[in-house]
Amino acid sequence: MIMPLLSVRNLTVQFRVDSGWVTAVDDVSLDVGEGDCVGIVGESGSGKSVTALSILQLHQRATTRIPSGTITYQGQDLLRERGSTMRRIRGSEIAMIFQDPMSSLNPVLTIADQISETLRQHQGLTGVAARKRVVELLGLVRIPDATRRADDYPHRLSGGMRQRVMIAMAIACKPRLLIADEPTTALDVTIQAQILELLRDLRKELKMSVMLISHDLGVIAEFAQSVIVMYAGRVVEEAPVAQLFRRPVHPYTVGLIAAVPKLDSDAPRLATIAGRIPGPQEIIVGCRFSPRCALVQPRCRDEPPLMQPVSDGQSARCPPRILVLGERHG
Amino acid sequence: MEEVALIRIVAVKFLQAVPVILIISILAFLLLSLLPGDPALIIAGEQASPAAVEQVRRQLGLDRSFLEQLGIWLFNLAQGNFGSSLVLNQSVLSAVAERLPVTLSLAALSISFTIPVGVLLGSVAAYFRRTWIDSAVMTVALLGVSIPAFWIAILGVILFSVQLGWVPSSGFTPISQGVGPWFASLALPALILSLFQIGFLARMTRSAMLDVLGQDYIRTARAKGLSEWRTVGKHALRNALILIITATGILLSAAIGGSVIIEQVFALPGIGRMVVQAILARDYPLVQGTMLILGFTFVMINLIVDILYTLADPRVRHD
Ligand SMILES: Nc1ncnc2c1ncn2[C@@H]1O[C@H](COP(=O)(O)OP(=O)(O)O)[C@@H](O)[C@H]1O
Ligand SMILES: [Mg+2]
Repeated sequence: MIMPLLSVRNLTVQFRVDSGWVTAVDDVSLDVGEGDCVGIVGESGSGKSVTALSILQLHQRATTRIPSGTITYQGQDLLRERGSTMRRIRGSEIAMIFQDPMSSLNPVLTIADQISETLRQHQGLTGVAARKRVVELLGLVRIPDATRRADDYPHRLSGGMRQRVMIAMAIACKPRLLIADEPTTALDVTIQAQILELLRDLRKELKMSVMLISHDLGVIAEFAQSVIVMYAGRVVEEAPVAQLFRRPVHPYTVGLIAAVPKLDSDAPRLATIAGRIPGPQEIIVGCRFSPRCALVQPRCRDEPPLMQPVSDGQSARCPPRILVLGERHG
Repeated sequence: MEEVALIRIVAVKFLQAVPVILIISILAFLLLSLLPGDPALIIAGEQASPAAVEQVRRQLGLDRSFLEQLGIWLFNLAQGNFGSSLVLNQSVLSAVAERLPVTLSLAALSISFTIPVGVLLGSVAAYFRRTWIDSAVMTVALLGVSIPAFWIAILGVILFSVQLGWVPSSGFTPISQGVGPWFASLALPALILSLFQIGFLARMTRSAMLDVLGQDYIRTARAKGLSEWRTVGKHALRNALILIITATGILLSAAIGGSVIIEQVFALPGIGRMVVQAILARDYPLVQGTMLILGFTFVMINLIVDILYTLADPRVRHD
């Protein structure tokens, strides 16, 4: 079996809050293969960002602990690495862009300064050579008038342009993996489509793997090959994207799919899942989705369900549904 | 385009300073007229003959109406005439100009201790927030702001002058007689003056840095693979600097104010000491003129700080 580029196994992440330690991410496993595009979807608060930030160790050291799990990148366990090794990987092997392009760029440094910093850090590029590469990168992310834009401060650019700058910064050193955490959430719909298209093109051009995080299954459907569905800190289902839409297993996935706006439907209102996602400090015995689940059974509230394979490439954390579907198909 | 915007901002700030300067001038004038009793009598002294008192009254223009006096005062000021000392046989301007270098070098030297130390301490505390390092640094800062300056000054003299003999215990050596002796005569007073300020600046810096370190762009800097040193020293500090510059303006004004006590303790011939002597000698025109010049100095300091602030923040610069 070929080893995936990135492999997260049984990752658990806890934060220190006033009342003690809470578990924000619980036993999460996922793989990103070479050249793959993996989508992670789930409502806000399901632990997507916490999972992603763990990969690059971007949590506050003092208030975070990772009691179990491994994060293997090209055979190297990143959770054992510190300091200089992590810094060498960040931005050059694995790059990351964030949700809010307004606050993610430093307001007092020019765009050229912020991009060339990455170039100097990882490629030793300075002066004219760095400048040339910055302009080239701005062109690559389709920022018009790149030579002049390079000397602007972030506040002079629109949200979409700033996200392009973030992308230029992220791809500056040709990373193998790009983690995009809600890259279009803060943007207008038309800009969203442009940014997604840009990411799609860059992925092909640079042959990089992408981990795309979004609360919007519509965005994921357009972009990803395989999907991880997260709920309240756990993975509840994973499947190739076509399979997920054709035959969703977990009731939460079913609910998410029903909530995607469809162009050809004239339904006046979108279906939403009743109730709200529990925070990490809320104790729920058994399945964490059970309080909101329409198909809940007594056993769901007794013990936490395990991930079970459903079919090739698909697995879910809902034994009752898997049993029912299995009987229907078998 | 940027330069034009900058010039406009500077011009606007200057214009905004004009009414402040006018108000300070009027306040300094009122200082004399609001004294209880008859200023001519106070200045001439209780034992003076009525003729002598009249003489003083006429000399100071106190026999004229209030508005007339104010008009003359402002008219003189506009011509750069700040009045004359009664005791020193000197114009206020030349008396101040003679002593200003002492006070300014004291303030400048203390600020040049304060800024690196205060910013470093505050940044370290913020970076290691809620650890023992943070507590230790902040305790030192608290000591700095709470210990009375004259008390630490006396301790300092006993230790560094009397015991160790490193610096003279009092007096001032002008820089024209060598940088070494000049520095030695000011080092201890400047250090003591900066203790309070270091405490103040460290606290300001800590809270500014705490705010900045929690921002998304700091996470971006780390995600790029930058070292902690670059992340904090460049990305965070550049932003915190905007707040720190504002604090520095207050510090410089406070340093000039604080030098009144320090100059007294160390017998430094600066403005602070001159003002104290002028008050004791009832040399009111000198007090009045000096207050006014100091007031103008504070306005100028704030003006410069305002402009630096604009330079440090590109967002302000472009609005
Ligand atoms: N540093 C932190 N300290 C405490 N709780 C946190 C921290 N970061 C995230 N959380 C909590 O963990 C949960 C998952 O957060 P997150 O991963 O950001 O969700 P999302 O899926 O929307 O990205 C949320 O309930 C959030 O409040
Ligand atoms: Mg998130």
